[in-house]
Amino acid sequence: MTVEYEIEIMGQRLNERIKKIFGRSLHIREVDAGSCNACEVEATALSNPIYDIERFGIHIVASPRHADMLLVTGPVTRNMELALLKTYNATPSPKLVAAMGSCACNGGIFGETYATGGGVDRYIPVDVYIPGCPPRPQAVIFGIMVAVDKLSQKKTPYSETPYLNTGIKGTTRLEHEI
Amino acid sequence: MKTEYIDAIKKEFGNSILKESVSDNETYLTIKKETIVKLCDYIYSHLDLPLVLVFATDERKTDGVFKIHYVFSIDKDDAFIILNINIDEKTPVFNSITPKIAAANWYEREIQDMFGLRPAGHPDPRRLVHFEDMPAGVYPLRKDFDIRTKPPRVEGEYVYRRVEGEGVYEIPVGPVHAGVIEPGHFRFSVAGEPIINLEIRHFYTHKGVEKLFENMSMDKAVFLAERVSGDNSVAHAVAFCQAVENIAGIDIPPRAKHIRTILLELERVYNHLGDIAGIATDVAFAMGAAHANKLKEEVLQLNEKVTGSRLLRGMNAIGGVRRDIGDKKEGILLELSDVQHDFRELIEYLMSIPSLVDRIETTGRIYNDTAKGLHVVGPAARASGIDRDMRRDHPYASYRDFNFKVPLHKAGDVLARTVVRADEVCESIGIIEQALWSLPEGDIRIKSSQIPDGFSLGYTEAPRGETLYWVMTENNRIKRCKVRDPSFCNWLAIEYAVLDNIVPDFPIINKSLSLSYSGNDM
Ligand code: SF4
Repeated sequence: MTVEYEIEIMGQRLNERIKKIFGRSLHIREVDAGSCNACEVEATALSNPIYDIERFGIHIVASPRHADMLLVTGPVTRNMELALLKTYNATPSPKLVAAMGSCACNGGIFGETYATGGGVDRYIPVDVYIPGCPPRPQAVIFGIMVAVDKLSQKKTPYSETPYLNTGIKGTTRLEHEI
Repeated sequence: MKTEYIDAIKKEFGNSILKESVSDNETYLTIKKETIVKLCDYIYSHLDLPLVLVFATDERKTDGVFKIHYVFSIDKDDAFIILNINIDEKTPVFNSITPKIAAANWYEREIQDMFGLRPAGHPDPRRLVHFEDMPAGVYPLRKDFDIRTKPPRVEGEYVYRRVEGEGVYEIPVGPVHAGVIEPGHFRFSVAGEPIINLEIRHFYTHKGVEKLFENMSMDKAVFLAERVSGDNSVAHAVAFCQAVENIAGIDIPPRAKHIRTILLELERVYNHLGDIAGIATDVAFAMGAAHANKLKEEVLQLNEKVTGSRLLRGMNAIGGVRRDIGDKKEGILLELSDVQHDFRELIEYLMSIPSLVDRIETTGRIYNDTAKGLHVVGPAARASGIDRDMRRDHPYASYRDFNFKVPLHKAGDVLARTVVRADEVCESIGIIEQALWSLPEGDIRIKSSQIPDGFSLGYTEAPRGETLYWVMTENNRIKRCKVRDPSFCNWLAIEYAVLDNIVPDFPIINKSLSLSYSGNDM
């Protein structure tokens, strides 16, 4: 089975679900919480002409305020913790979180150290884990599909998604993109 | 090894040299710490050798001191001079060489944060790796620091350089950016559109990699090296393996050397294609970007067919490579000749679009003396007229056996960097072809279960430029592993490259330098 065929089949299935649940399209904001940048290589590949996920109704957006889902990579470094929490809080509910890559799933090879937190779910609720180092684009598309499915099954009303207290002292000022 | 430089140093500074040892092409000199500034200045300005790396080691257990090492490269003789000074724990201060050699700036601040040794006389002694919320006295690379410690967060403030005046305002950007890229903070001071100052603030992705290396077994460490800067996996892994192989005196089989060379060049090809796509994206030339991205994807898929990993991971090991790729020869050659054909067409096409060329010509200039002063490396350096390439100057793997040109341009702008990359893609494909045609028969790996105690440099020319590893082993484990990604040198250059350019051109300049955040922050 060629890559193109694989993607086409998976994409169509995903597209149907997105249409059903979101009406038209799913917007994703990618957050690098300290990855080694290989996960970014694959996340960027999603938009190249071969995978071209836009045709299935998935759009990578520039701001968390426009997003339905966060795609988080990296083990969450101490220095990215605050930015991740702020991004999560800036994303409107209902929201989905996908942890992409072994690092995001459980810290991966970097584990839990003075500088890293050992995975995304230590900080924000995660809906789907996409293993791989880095996961292939096909796996990421599949992961997004699983997350979308979960949304239709979820019982908790999304207005109650917790607003996480960043609880971080200090005067670090972090601004989102202009 | 020729010794004219060493002799010159001995003649001028003979009585400051406490110890000398030579291993392979590395000459280690222990220097009285009072004379280090003078000596470094002499080597840098008088002998005209570039300072490629400064790092510290904690050897209190064995020698009772911290040591700081200064690595200079002798490109024309394929050799290195490594000076070191001893620093006593009770007076943790050393004289800064930054006022003389600008390239030492970040290294010295890094040593200050990670070891708690203070560079006296450093023009900018702010923290670098640690953020303001890190308590004082946390020095992760000291041997008595436990990696699992979770230092509390404290109050503190980071002071940015301020430009003040009528109509000057600041634009803060990041750490979470609009595109799918890594995190970092940029603070522009602008007067209207033109940028009059940029301050970059990094280390958001600091993962404590050098500390993680410590006490790791050699085999596992190869995997960690692959993950220092993900898209330069092979370059990092090979540099690390070469350092360890040097220590153990392993000469890997010729077939493994050829395979490593092929992997290194495949990596260069897909990275450069990605960078060219990025530049086209940032000037909003979607069609060019789509073409380049498609070519990149083709190479990634080729990588997967050949090695099982789109990013060529898991191939390198101490003593050689894990998998043979000889049976894939025809496939690789066929695919690459297609890629090359399409790529040539694409470049010709891109360069014929006036709106694109206009946008990147004279944009983001890095002048030759700036590049030299900051020790800019890789394609960025070669676009600013610095004729250095580790593959030619310090040949490793099997680069000695192949013919290839090192493209050189002088303009130092985004266009020059694009053209250097385009030329390099073609050279790389040429190298892969030569390597495949001349693939020697034989083993692909020499297994060795015991690595003796010792230390050595390992180096490669990654797609981004010169990558250095300095590894010290003890009891078959790693005692210290210093990693120097090319981005660590090149990041500071962006502060100069953007001056007098307009804010909307920043993304293009950034992309043209192709900097790794993870490799820099580690
Ligand atoms: S999961 Fe692997 S590829 Fe992704 S960030 Fe972590 S180390 Fe890098």
